[in-house]
Amino acid sequence: MKKIGVFLCWCGSNIAGTVDVDKVVEEVSTLDGVAHSQSYRYLCSDPGQAIVETAVKEKDLDGVVIAACSPSMHETTFRKTVARAGMNPYRCEIANVREQCSWVHRDAKDVATDKAIKIIESVVEKVKLDEELYPNHSALIKRALVLGGGISGLKAASDIADSGYDVVLVEREPSLGGRVIQLSRTFPDLDAARDIVLPLMKEVAEHPRIKLLTYSELEEVTGHVGQFNVKVRKKASYVDHDKCTACGLCIKECPVEIPSQFDLGLGKRKAIDVPFSDAVPHKPVIDAEACIVFKEGKCEACRNVCEPQAIDFDQKEAIVEEEVGAVVVATGYSLHPKEKVAEYGCGKYPDVLSGLEFERLNSPTGPTGGEIRRSSDGKVPKELVFIQCVGSRDQEKGVPYCSRICCMYTAKQAKLFKQKVPDGQAYVFYMDVRSGGKGYEEFVQRCQEEDRTLYLRGRVSRLFQDNGKVVVWGVDTLIGKKIEIAADMVVLATAVVPRSDSKELAKKLRIATDEYGFFSEAHIKLRPVESQTAGMFLAGCAHCPKDITDSVSQAGCAASKVKALFAADELVSDPMVAYVDEDTCVGCEICIVACPYEARILHERKKVAAVEEALCQGCGGCVAACPSGASQMRNLTTDQVLAMIDAIV
Amino acid sequence: MQVIWQGETIPIDFSLQEVVNRRSGQQIQLCYHCHKCGAGCPVASFMDYMPDRLFRMAQLGLRRQVLSSSTIWLCSACHTCATRCPNDIDVTGVMDTLKEMALEEKIKSRQKVAACFHKAFLANLRRFGQLHEASLMAVLKLKTLNLFSDMKLGMRMFVKGKIALFPKRIKGRKELRKLFKEIRRRGKVPEESC
Repeated sequence: MKKIGVFLCWCGSNIAGTVDVDKVVEEVSTLDGVAHSQSYRYLCSDPGQAIVETAVKEKDLDGVVIAACSPSMHETTFRKTVARAGMNPYRCEIANVREQCSWVHRDAKDVATDKAIKIIESVVEKVKLDEELYPNHSALIKRALVLGGGISGLKAASDIADSGYDVVLVEREPSLGGRVIQLSRTFPDLDAARDIVLPLMKEVAEHPRIKLLTYSELEEVTGHVGQFNVKVRKKASYVDHDKCTACGLCIKECPVEIPSQFDLGLGKRKAIDVPFSDAVPHKPVIDAEACIVFKEGKCEACRNVCEPQAIDFDQKEAIVEEEVGAVVVATGYSLHPKEKVAEYGCGKYPDVLSGLEFERLNSPTGPTGGEIRRSSDGKVPKELVFIQCVGSRDQEKGVPYCSRICCMYTAKQAKLFKQKVPDGQAYVFYMDVRSGGKGYEEFVQRCQEEDRTLYLRGRVSRLFQDNGKVVVWGVDTLIGKKIEIAADMVVLATAVVPRSDSKELAKKLRIATDEYGFFSEAHIKLRPVESQTAGMFLAGCAHCPKDITDSVSQAGCAASKVKALFAADELVSDPMVAYVDEDTCVGCEICIVACPYEARILHERKKVAAVEEALCQGCGGCVAACPSGASQMRNLTTDQVLAMIDAIV
Repeated sequence: MQVIWQGETIPIDFSLQEVVNRRSGQQIQLCYHCHKCGAGCPVASFMDYMPDRLFRMAQLGLRRQVLSSSTIWLCSACHTCATRCPNDIDVTGVMDTLKEMALEEKIKSRQKVAACFHKAFLANLRRFGQLHEASLMAVLKLKTLNLFSDMKLGMRMFVKGKIALFPKRIKGRKELRKLFKEIRRRGKVPEESC
């Protein structure tokens, strides 16, 4: 015999002003299964909750219906109340008689009263069929995986490790540093980029709790939050990094020169090389496609000079398996290729560079040692044109969004150019100047004032090569006339886009991306560092274009989320999830496809569907999709819904 | 860099901005074209270029276009623009500078009457020490050959005794003339009227 208590809240006059509370209490007390029926002015208050608690204890109630406001307001509150009184909280349900009754029928009090009774009746029927549920406990491995060794990944890894948890950091390039180490100086204070990221790189490389896997890629991830099984593919570098002393002789001896990927093709590297002079770890890697040994079976100059015998041409790729409890995705961004911009030269003009290429030129570790020189003839450019919004804010030929960082870095680059070429003239073609961060607007104003950089509002229609100069055709909308500039060099602020393989990575991780390939957050305002998949967190530009300040903030936030996850001893998750009636399930696997959280699997042996409770978010998609009715939601089964409908009708 | 102005290719000349900045004491390149000046200006709708556009043209060195514009002469020096400018540019001051430069370089404006009016006014002041409206009007009408447009208003004012036939001669006329001479000497302003 069920002993259900019904508590009707007046909510001041919100409910009591429309609904005849006494009549409702009277009617409800006669319902089958109801052992207690009472109303109170403000049930959510301390005395109100005390009333519920007392009634549960005294009358040994095993089910509670709170007839009040929406469950989104106080369901958690009342569940905690009954739990304190010793009753299973999942048998406490809310009957919404405010938003769905008294507030919408203010003019029809009789109707409202009758409707309130019906609503309560239906919820009583639901509670009768409610199971006692207990939160799920699953294993929690307190180790984090960080994907990406750029500034976001480094910050996240460092924060997590400093809090006492182990971290595995996977970076696809041979060195840490990401994009920041490719920059020369950063806005708004013109700090050297290496001074920002190098200390962090060193800290992470030497941290006792961080396992560094550079020159490695994520191969596979299985499992769920608290228990991910990760496979990482360590690419063959053909150098035994434990033996290598980083003396650099092999690099000197190597006869093969290839374009340097780190310098974006502007500089050269050897077939065996470190990507840049500050690389961490500072161990060389052989590019198998360029190395003569692999192509023709000859040379081995590097091996001959290597004293510790660290060169091993037979080295193979290795798969490293790790178990982690959470993953931080900080894989960074790419730039819209200038080859795709037909009206600005299709990437064919040597003196038309992208913003990142200009950074390499301006860097002391770059191909020109930091001197700004034309790629065509090595001369110092005097007339330099910067073009903002190349590919950004362009629905037709690029991406519709704003890349957020270009206005700032263009102003910075113009300033850096003037510092190195004081008699040069910089022109910036812009549509807007977006400088919202702290100190940003003042910085841009200074760049405009101090250096006589001419800001011309208007998009450049085309560029073409003419006699050693690049002719730029634009407009200054502020005078409404056409402008023509014979530039020595043009820098394009190309759009920030996701990495080309971001959608593939998303599939491996089972997280969502937006239409561009940026990883999707769970809630744009409230949950910006969590993906929609439990245990997967986002940081940096892999999520959306942002500057270093915001990337670092986001990385710190993601690290906090991981730490919060690891603070418990076990993973406790909401038991209001789906379950499968194994007798009814036919193993059609429709639910597995339907589940957006990848929480459904086929039981190996039984060949029926099973639920990964830790991943299930209780959305109900599988229940709707299941053709046999085997898939049900705990405490919201089809039978319960039908019982509720019967009570009303 | 060159600007293509109605088919004419004009190479950029940064010196114009520098001269204007120095003479007016303002930083016209700070203008970010919010148009607050033009929006508040009582005569902006009659100007050929809004004040901010004029500054832009000056920055690009479009000397002839700037100095021949009607904008600088229509400016009534009410200071609404200067008061409201978020970048603290004294727009009125810059207009004054441009007026001086236009006179120095003898560039004729599209706005013919205003320049003429300024000169006639000052000449009148210099002569009589105190403004004599009747002779000012006479000079203006003759110079612009616009004899009859304000007749009605003129008659009404005359009837009410607002227009004195003979000028009032103030006592400090000599000192005033010295003042004018000194200003001319310092500012190197040309003497002749329009």
